[in-house]
Order: sequence, then C-alpha cells, then structure tokens
Amino acid sequence: MSKAFSAIDEDREVDRDEFTPGVEPQPTWCPGCGDFGVLKALKGAMAELGKDPEEILLATGIGCSGKLNSYFDSYGFHTIHGRSLPVARASKLANHDLEVVAAGGDGDGYGIGGNHFMHTARENHDITYIVFNNEVFGLTKGQTSPTSPKGHKSKTQPHGSAKDPIRPLSLSMTSGASYVARTAAVNPNQAKDILVEAIEHDGFAHVDFLTQCPTWNKDAKQYVPYVDVQESDDYDFDVTDRREAQELMTETEEALYEGTVLTGRYYKDEERPSYQAEKQSRGDMPDDPVAEQYFDEEKEWERSFDFVDRHK
Amino acid sequence: MTDDELIWRIAGGSGDGIDSTSQNFAKALMRSGLDVFTHRHYPSRIRGGHTFVEIRARDENVTSRGDGYNFLLALGDSFARNPTEEAVYGDEEVKPLTENLEDLREGGVIVYDEGLLDSEDVGDLEERAEENDWHVYPLDLRGLAKEHGREVMRNTAGVGATAALIGMDLGHVEDLMSDAMGGEILEQNLEVLHDAHDQVAEMEHTHDLTVPTGSHDEEQVLVSGSHAIAYGAIDAGCRFISGYPMTPWTDAYTIMTQLLPDMGGISEQVEDEIAAAAMAVGASHAGVKAMSGSSGGGFALMSEPLGLAEMTETPLVLLEAQRAGPSTGMPTKPEQADLEHVLYTSQGDSHRVAFGPKDPKECYEQTRTAFEIAYDYQIPVIVLYDQKLSGEYRNVDASFFDREPAPDLGKTLTEDQIPDAPHDPTGKYHRYQHDVEDGVSPRTIPGQSGGRYLASGNEHWPNGHISEDTDNRVAQVERRLQKLEAIRDDLDERDQQTHYGDEDADIGLIAWGSQEGTVEEAVQRLNDDGNSVKALGVSDMMPFPVEEVREFVESVDEAIVVEMSSTKQFRGLMQKEVGDIGDKLSSLLKYNGDPFEPHEVVEAVEIAQAGDGAQPTAQTTLEPAAGD
Repeated sequence: MSKAFSAIDEDREVDRDEFTPGVEPQPTWCPGCGDFGVLKALKGAMAELGKDPEEILLATGIGCSGKLNSYFDSYGFHTIHGRSLPVARASKLANHDLEVVAAGGDGDGYGIGGNHFMHTARENHDITYIVFNNEVFGLTKGQTSPTSPKGHKSKTQPHGSAKDPIRPLSLSMTSGASYVARTAAVNPNQAKDILVEAIEHDGFAHVDFLTQCPTWNKDAKQYVPYVDVQESDDYDFDVTDRREAQELMTETEEALYEGTVLTGRYYKDEERPSYQAEKQSRGDMPDDPVAEQYFDEEKEWERSFDFVDRHK
Repeated sequence: MTDDELIWRIAGGSGDGIDSTSQNFAKALMRSGLDVFTHRHYPSRIRGGHTFVEIRARDENVTSRGDGYNFLLALGDSFARNPTEEAVYGDEEVKPLTENLEDLREGGVIVYDEGLLDSEDVGDLEERAEENDWHVYPLDLRGLAKEHGREVMRNTAGVGATAALIGMDLGHVEDLMSDAMGGEILEQNLEVLHDAHDQVAEMEHTHDLTVPTGSHDEEQVLVSGSHAIAYGAIDAGCRFISGYPMTPWTDAYTIMTQLLPDMGGISEQVEDEIAAAAMAVGASHAGVKAMSGSSGGGFALMSEPLGLAEMTETPLVLLEAQRAGPSTGMPTKPEQADLEHVLYTSQGDSHRVAFGPKDPKECYEQTRTAFEIAYDYQIPVIVLYDQKLSGEYRNVDASFFDREPAPDLGKTLTEDQIPDAPHDPTGKYHRYQHDVEDGVSPRTIPGQSGGRYLASGNEHWPNGHISEDTDNRVAQVERRLQKLEAIRDDLDERDQQTHYGDEDADIGLIAWGSQEGTVEEAVQRLNDDGNSVKALGVSDMMPFPVEEVREFVESVDEAIVVEMSSTKQFRGLMQKEVGDIGDKLSSLLKYNGDPFEPHEVVEAVEIAQAGDGAQPTAQTTLEPAAGD
C-alpha cells in the first residue's frame, strides 16, 4: 500500500452503493436513457473488482455522457469536449497505481477527440475507454454525429447526411487498441462483464457502448434484440486473431444500420505490453509512481547544478 | 572606431556546423575571461540557406547583440544541391561573404574560404574593402581541411585562422575540442587547427583588431535561455513535460526531454498541442509538477486546456516561445507579437499569470517563480519568451545554479490533513471552498483516502459538482479573481521589474523580454554621451505592475516603448492596464524578423529628442504619442 495514497490497493469488500455520491437527487438523464445502463454496469464492475472509490479516476468529456462522474462517486475529472483521453492517460502516467477510466460520447470520442482516440489506442495506455454511442448529439439537441447513419436528417443535415458513419471498432483495433468490445445498455449483465474484463485488461481497452437516446433518436432505437457474438452459434471466430476480428467488426458495424445489433468481445491482445511497460523497459519512466515522489520526505531531488559542468 | 570588443561572425550554409563551432569558440572566449553573448540567424530549412552566428565578447558585461560586427569568417557554400535537378541558386553561393557586408565595421577583418568562394563573384569586394578599411585574408580552408582530414573540418581551419589574426591563444580551443571528440577525428582537427593558425600567422597582418582580455572572479557557464528555462523547471521539481515539436519552443522541450527520464520524470511527445496541454493538466491533477509549451501556432491549440486549467484550478506552467507571425510567419525569426494571444486567449474571464524574462538568468528565475505561483495559487502561469532568447547564449556565474530544489506542491493536503478539512455529509471533499485565504482552496490528489471530489470545467459547487446557482457563481468567480490580487502582492515582493539609467532622467524607455538587454546598452551609451535617459524593463505581463509602470511614466516627459510588434501590443497593454498615459507614450517598433541593435535605440531617442518627425532607419518605425 502506498504511503501517500492509501486508497490504492486497499484490500477490502466494496459495495456498489459506495459509488453512489448522494450529492444530487438523481441523474439529469431522460427517462429511458441508455446512460443509466452504463452507470449501473460501471458500479457493478468496480464493486466486483473490489476497487475503492478513491483509487479510481473517472475522466469524462462533454455531453450527457460527460455527466457520468457526477453520478459515480470516485475522484472525477469532467474535462472538455473531446479531451478526456489526454487528461486520463497523463493521470495514469503520473500515478500508474490509479485505476483510470475515461468516458464520453460518440461525438466526443470519434469526432472532436478522434485524434486523441487514435493515438491513445496506438500507445496502448492501460486505461479503459467507454464510448456512449447513441448515434446522435444528445445534449445539444439531436444533431448528426459521427456514428449517425448515412441519410440521417437533423437540423445540421437537413438533406440527410451524405457521410458514411465512422467504424468505431475497426478504427480502434487498427489504431492499436488491445481490447475492443461492443455492448449495449439494454444488456446489463454482458455490459458489466465486459467492463470487468476491460478494466482488468493491461492495455487500452475500448468499449463501444450502445446507449439508446429516447429523446433525440426519434426512431427510438432500443438496440434490441441484440446478439452476443460469443453466445451465438452463428459466429465462430478467434478473438485474438486480428483478421477474423476485423471481418466480424466490419459485419457488426454494417449490421447495426440494418437493424441487427451484434455485441460482444471482438479483439483481445494480451501479448502486447502496455505503454507504461514499454516505457519502463527502455528507461523512459520510473518503476514507482512519479506522484509519490512529492510525498517522500526522504527524497533527494536532482538539481540543475548537478550538470552545469557541461556548460563550462 | 577602436574596438574594445570582438564581434565575430561565422557565416555559411545551414548544416555547416556553424552552431557547434560558434558555441565552442564562445566557450573558449568565456574561459579566457571575457563576457560573451551570441546572436543566431538561420533560415527555416535543414540544408543550405544563409546562416550565421555572431559572438560578441568583451571585458565587461554584455547584454545585447552589438552594432554590426568586426570580424567575418565566411565559410561559404554548403548549399544543398540535387545534381539531377535544375535549380536557380542565384547569389546564394557567395552570400556568406556578401550578406550584411555593409554591417562590417570600419577596420574590420574578413577571412573567407577561397577554396569555395570566388572573390570574382563578389564584384566590388576589393573596392569596398579599400573604402571601409577592411582587411581581407583569403585562405583555402577547404584545401587545408582536406589535406589533414575531411572537408567538413574547414570550420576548424577557420577558427585556427581567426585565432592567429586576433592573437588568441589556442589552449582553450584545444581543450574544448578534446572534450568534444577523440581518436583520429580529434587528431585531424588539431592538425587542421594548427596548420591554419600557422599559415595565417606567417602572413602579413594589416589590421589592428585583437582579442580583448579579461578575467572573471569565478567560474562561468555558457547557457541559452532555453537551458535556463529547463533548469529552472527542474529545480522547481517539474517531472512531467508533454509537447509537440515547434520552432523555437523545441529547444527547451528537447533539453527537458533528455534530462527528465534520468531523474524519475516523464516526457511525452504527443499527437498535437491540445493533447500536450491537456496531458500536463492531467499529470498535474494527479500530483506531479507538470508543464507543456509551444510557439504561437501550437499555443493557439492550447487555448481550451488552458481555460480548463483555469476553471478547475489545476496548477500548470506553459512556455510560449514567440516567433514572427501571423500563421506560419517566419519560423526562425523573433517577434514579440504573441503577447495579446497569450494574455487573452480562451473563452470567459481569464485567470492566468504571464512572465516575460529578459535573459537566461531571468529565464531560470522566472520559470522557478512560475512553478511556485502556479502551485501556490493553483493557476496556469505562462513563461513568454522568443526565438532570440531561446537560442541566445550568455555566460553566467556557475554558482548561480547552486540552488536548493523547490519541489513543494503548494497548497495540497496530505492524507493526515484531509479528515479535518471540510466535506459533504456524504464524504465528498470541498475542493472549491468559498471563503479561503487569498482565494486558494487546498487540493487533494487522486488516490488519497477521504479526498475525492469532482474537478469540472463547468461552474461548480464547493464539492466540484456542476452548478448554475447564482450566489455560488458569484462566490466562485470572486474567489478566483481574488487569487490574482494575492499574486500581485506576492509579485511585488519578488520585484521582477528592472530599472536602468538615471533616476532623474526626463526621457524613459520601456521594454520587455528579449529586447530589454539592448535597451539597457542603449541607455548606457546615451548617458555616457551626456544624455539623461532611464529605462524600465517589465517582466510581469499579467497581473501587470500597474503602480510601478505608472510611477515610471509619470516621472518622465516622454516614454518610448520599444517592442518587436507592428501593432504596438505592449504599448496597448500598458495603456489598458495603467490608463491615461497615452499622451506620453511613443513607440519604437521593429518587425522585420531581426532583433534591435543598440544603435537603433540610441538613434530613436536622439530623433525623438530632436522632435522633427524623422524616421530612424528603414527597418524601424518611430510612432509618436497619440493619446488614450
């Protein structure tokens, strides 16, 4: 147990109610919103893993999804639109004993924050990234988002979107994520299990979380019925095989817009070292959390006078 | 003019080894007991293009580049060519020998490589030499280098020739070469050095210029502004930097990057400057002293994370190394025109601090102070400098760096202190308490037991939860603003402004950042010539030292604001902050990409005194006072 951060790695039973802040009467999400499903699954997963609320940093973006850490009690950082990932991964580098989870919507993660998504996946930071995918911009009242289907009509696309939607699973794996899954709010057990795996995974774990928007997605998609590709006999593939995973991701991404909701684990690479492990192996990052140094009264700090000789 | 100083210009193409040669030569002069100052001019390209470094050396403190130069070593012609492509090179081949030749002082010395440069191509060289009493020594530097080693060693030959012509002992040069290289390369270089020296020593010398002599009371080190910034950050306990390459900020960034991993720190090269600043915010939030930075274009991308740091009160230090803009502008040329960009970017009322150091010593001090202020007051602090200061080398007492590190996290609770701090009944820590001393509410760090809270870019309650409550809003806004007042008081005690010249003078000059040293020299010269002039160098750009500047302006009849900006940003800042002083302020502006020379400031003061509306030179502009 860390001397400075005693919440970390404390071995105890954790009840899911500990993650309910009791600060606000109830979430501001609309009745029937899929976001409730994410909150419930995350609480369940963290309790199952025995995580202390104070060893968790939950960094969120902006949008309905960004409110997740208002309703989940832990250390939280409600950042800005699209920037939850750089904040999250730097926090992990600063103190790699923290359990770091980032979350945001599909516009936040696949649109404005797309560059960070690609590079965080590429670097394979040991963090979990939950993308609330409701195929629309919710909080700003229903504009077309990167995952909206082609032809999607909204005030920003009055003639129907001319763009093909982004392929979140394929993009994630291609960019370097070492755990890629899709789940849905309407499937709470699978969602919790997938989050447990994602949090436990040592590397960048991306969960595309289908969250129905009953207010702005007028078709009121509920993502039912859903199919779990691990459970169904129709899908037989090796989750560690990049080619097979790619094939099923492509099918899944296209099927969604034809009314078939495929979910499950798509790709898992347990061989690839996390970014932290890579950096440590080449002397680019210390073994102990950098943040602990500031609470170590014995530490002898290096100073510039130690190397002014090179300027003489 | 009898020169009591050497201003040695080594000119050639980019990729010629101008930088390393000049640095070693500057060190040799420093070791001989002289004060040195370097000025670097280079194009934005990897190979080819005219580049030079000037080293000014004399027995007394040097605070500026000089007026012109008195020794030219023209290495010449290393222009990158692709033999399979046709291209027009114009006069580039002889540029090292022709560019700014008019700035070579009367009686100056020219050594050029006749193995590469044909004086026939410089039509009127002989005529001009006679006219200006220049002393020209053609030498086959390339041939010499090839004879003992490789062609690239011609810069060593040039140093040997220089030493012979100005009567400089080769001892320090040899020592420095031995430190930097070994084996056959060293042997060959030493042969080149001595052969060039001896050949030139035997020539007939017609010039008077000799190397000045001097002595230092204690051992010196040669550092650039970028080194000093990096060292200030390290001594302040900074152990995290994130960035994206951009000239000229890359200098400080790479120095930090090479040092941090060996001292338990982390450097991250990331996808863009939005991520760079956001990562510094994340690292600082998680308990590590962190920084990021860029030049103007990259800093533009940092607006959003900068605002996030202000709103969440996350301590953060950012560097902004200015270069000439707008847009890509002139990447390797200095300007001071990102001032308003840095002070006002990002939405809403800004809560930030900005310093503009003038030289490597201030770069070190003010970066240290930046971290202290950032962590004590939980606010972003920006160190605003420029291309000139970034790569400008000066000698500093080695003992200047003999300082205790200051890694303290500022107002941050330890786990022992947390239980006594205010919490919600549900256990959430009140990270953003309304009524606290100086407006600073103590932080907790993720991982600490009992310290959990929500940091949010939205307006928030004391526990960090989002709020649009009007009373809370007013309390939080006023508390954040209160920090700036406390910081102003704190800075008053640190006294980061500098005064020069005669206290009773009627004419005042005001400058900031990299141009301050040049103004300092100009004031000295004007006063030596019987004028009565003083100057104020401002470092606190925000919060602004209103009273000190007001008193200075009120004490003179006329104040000339000297800055590298065509839109008078610094003068505008003074008028905005101090108010009602516009009738007294005139401007001396330069925005051609080249920093001021002392004589330009001297002339401007003389012209302003004459009051006939004349303009000093083609490359500077004097704008009269226009009221408020």
